[in-house]
Amino acid sequence: MRPTLSHFAVAGSPVMLESIVFSVLNGLLYGMLLFMLASGLTLIFGMMGVLNFAHASFYMLGAYCAYTISSYTNFWVALILAPLFVGFLGALTERFGLRNVHKHGHVAELLLTFGLVYVIDELVVLIWGQIPVNYAIPPSLDFTLFTLFGTSFPAYRAFILFVAIAMFGAIYLLLVRTRVGMIIRAALSHPEMVGALGHDVPRIFTLVFAFGTGLAGLAGVMAGNYYITEPGMAFSMGPIVFVVVVFGGLGSLGGALAASLIIGLVTTFAVSLNYSIADLLAAVGLGLDGANIAGGLAHIDLSRIGQMLPYLMMVLILIFRPRGLMGARES
Amino acid sequence: MKHYKGLVRRAVAAVGVAAALAVPTLGSAADDTIKIGYIDPLSGPFANVGDAGLKHFKYLAERINADGGILGKDVEIIGYDNKSSAQESLQILREAADEGVHYITQGNGSHVGGALVDGVEKHNRRNPDNRMVFLNYAAVDPALTGEKCSFWHFRFDANSAMKLQAITDYMAEQDDIKKVFLINMDYSHGQAISRIAKEMLKEKRPDIEIVGDVLHPVGKVKDFSPYISQIQSSGADTVISGNWGNDLSLLVKAGAQAGLDVDWFTYYAGGLGTPTALGKAGAEHVKMLTEWQENLVEDYEAPELREILEEFEQRYDGIEFYYLRIKTQMDMLQKAMEKAGSTEPLAVARALEGMTMETPFGTVTMREQDHQLLQPLFISTFSEDYPKYDSEGTGLGWVMDAKLDAASTAVDSVCEMKRPSS
Repeated sequence: MRPTLSHFAVAGSPVMLESIVFSVLNGLLYGMLLFMLASGLTLIFGMMGVLNFAHASFYMLGAYCAYTISSYTNFWVALILAPLFVGFLGALTERFGLRNVHKHGHVAELLLTFGLVYVIDELVVLIWGQIPVNYAIPPSLDFTLFTLFGTSFPAYRAFILFVAIAMFGAIYLLLVRTRVGMIIRAALSHPEMVGALGHDVPRIFTLVFAFGTGLAGLAGVMAGNYYITEPGMAFSMGPIVFVVVVFGGLGSLGGALAASLIIGLVTTFAVSLNYSIADLLAAVGLGLDGANIAGGLAHIDLSRIGQMLPYLMMVLILIFRPRGLMGARES
Repeated sequence: MKHYKGLVRRAVAAVGVAAALAVPTLGSAADDTIKIGYIDPLSGPFANVGDAGLKHFKYLAERINADGGILGKDVEIIGYDNKSSAQESLQILREAADEGVHYITQGNGSHVGGALVDGVEKHNRRNPDNRMVFLNYAAVDPALTGEKCSFWHFRFDANSAMKLQAITDYMAEQDDIKKVFLINMDYSHGQAISRIAKEMLKEKRPDIEIVGDVLHPVGKVKDFSPYISQIQSSGADTVISGNWGNDLSLLVKAGAQAGLDVDWFTYYAGGLGTPTALGKAGAEHVKMLTEWQENLVEDYEAPELREILEEFEQRYDGIEFYYLRIKTQMDMLQKAMEKAGSTEPLAVARALEGMTMETPFGTVTMREQDHQLLQPLFISTFSEDYPKYDSEGTGLGWVMDAKLDAASTAVDSVCEMKRPSS
């Protein structure tokens, strides 16, 4: 059931239109979920220079905390409390972990967050067990928002989009338009000067780390029930978030947003188009023989390699533009 | 390098053997337990599955021991973590051999199963006095009892071709199935399903149209919505998927969220966290083909199984009794050892060949030709309206749709087995 080339010719037909509309919607949603995770990571890196390996683990904690809190109260309480709690854990991590190893340089910080990944993994298994927990979408959001071409669009997806956009707006305004944001940014580039002005710089670092991990927690609350809340979720989300942050440029919020959306759309379109490179070449009149290696590779459907494309994009951007899409520094 | 390591290992082993021989009480004759080495992932992303399997073995071994053991000996289950790696498993195999383990069991991943079949075959050729038997409880690649078959390997799960035979037999009788979509994980297991399903459907129901056949990367897809859009626009009414774990849950969940109205025919929707992850998303639409689900004890007279399922869930807080085939495996092993009057691997393997056993659901047979167990299989639906036992506290349980007799699930094998003469 390989689509024939005539599909290219009928791009205006309803089937094609339907496929494009849904690919855009799906891609946007996946991209925004990625952004919710990547924003905290890129903030922490941009401001503190700490690459937090445990970021996806805080995301997992967010989902599990939301599950536990919502089982005693409801989803809305969890939506507020879980990110706060995860942020609090982040603050503890910074205050009693990172701050102590800071003097030994970035490698020590990196190793600390790396170790934290395993600690959190084991803790989650100890507390909540190996099998997935039943963290469900709240009934008040569990309905179909609209139906398009016979496919329904769930309200919860719209809610995820809404929260992600609101989050981006809030972070942006906080950093650029408020006095707090100004001090934070100043503390990160000129800590001694800010300290001399009477601000408590270590406390600002703690707050930034708490804020970043809190954002990861919020992403966990939103994605835990949309996907599955299970002990492997940090492991499966970790690599792709790093790709987003590197691709967008370490430390750049706008870059993270752009990279998230690009990666979301690329992986989605790769699946829904389901053509192979050979099909595309054949369409422009270049036949390829499947017998040799290049031909064999070209005959693999895009949908089978779609999940690999972001990693390929990361490698390419590291070669041709090491600072990423919108990154500020070369390193 | 590998060679060199092997030499060192063997040298160390030789010293160990020499030391063991110096102490007359050691050596296999004096072993008072029957050791079964369990080689499966106990860490990493599939740790939950491996851990649940180990609990099944330990629990069933305890039951046998409480009943006086086998030939007066206790059964001991030793868990080895292979981290889902074939390489790691082969190292474990050597370790286990040195520790006096003569029976190994594995299930998660046919790539590991295949490596172990080769590994055991080689080991037994080199060490005719210290042989091993491989009891496979879940690796379903047909090749393991086909072109790669081995005298030392016994499979207690229906292989993938048999499962598809059963599913397509059932589908052939459902007249409302018109368009089928195949979506599977992109490795030997998923590829085999895609290939065999097409062949069998073409033969049994030529009028059914295969409207899609997709392979996706294993364990990498977070958002299945684009795949769901494809299924939706293909107009499929039925989907066949051999997916397992999160790849199945996420797929079905994404389908439910998009309002996709299809029936899912699956292998692995029944346990180890998948029902929890599916929740209401799977209700009335997810079917599975298995040798067991809890509500079968309502349909058949099976007091022992009822006791096991209730005790097991209580003991392991929330983990349900999922692998009836592990019980079948342990029971048949016991029967073979008693028949052989010995725990010596060759005698036991010979006794296992062609053995039949009665179970509450019918007779099971270890086919002599290829060491593939033939057992009754069931098609069930995940439903809100279930007889007695719900699945993982979800408020949904499995309801039997159809039983497929052991004989009807048999698929011809190309296996030509070389049997040891002594």
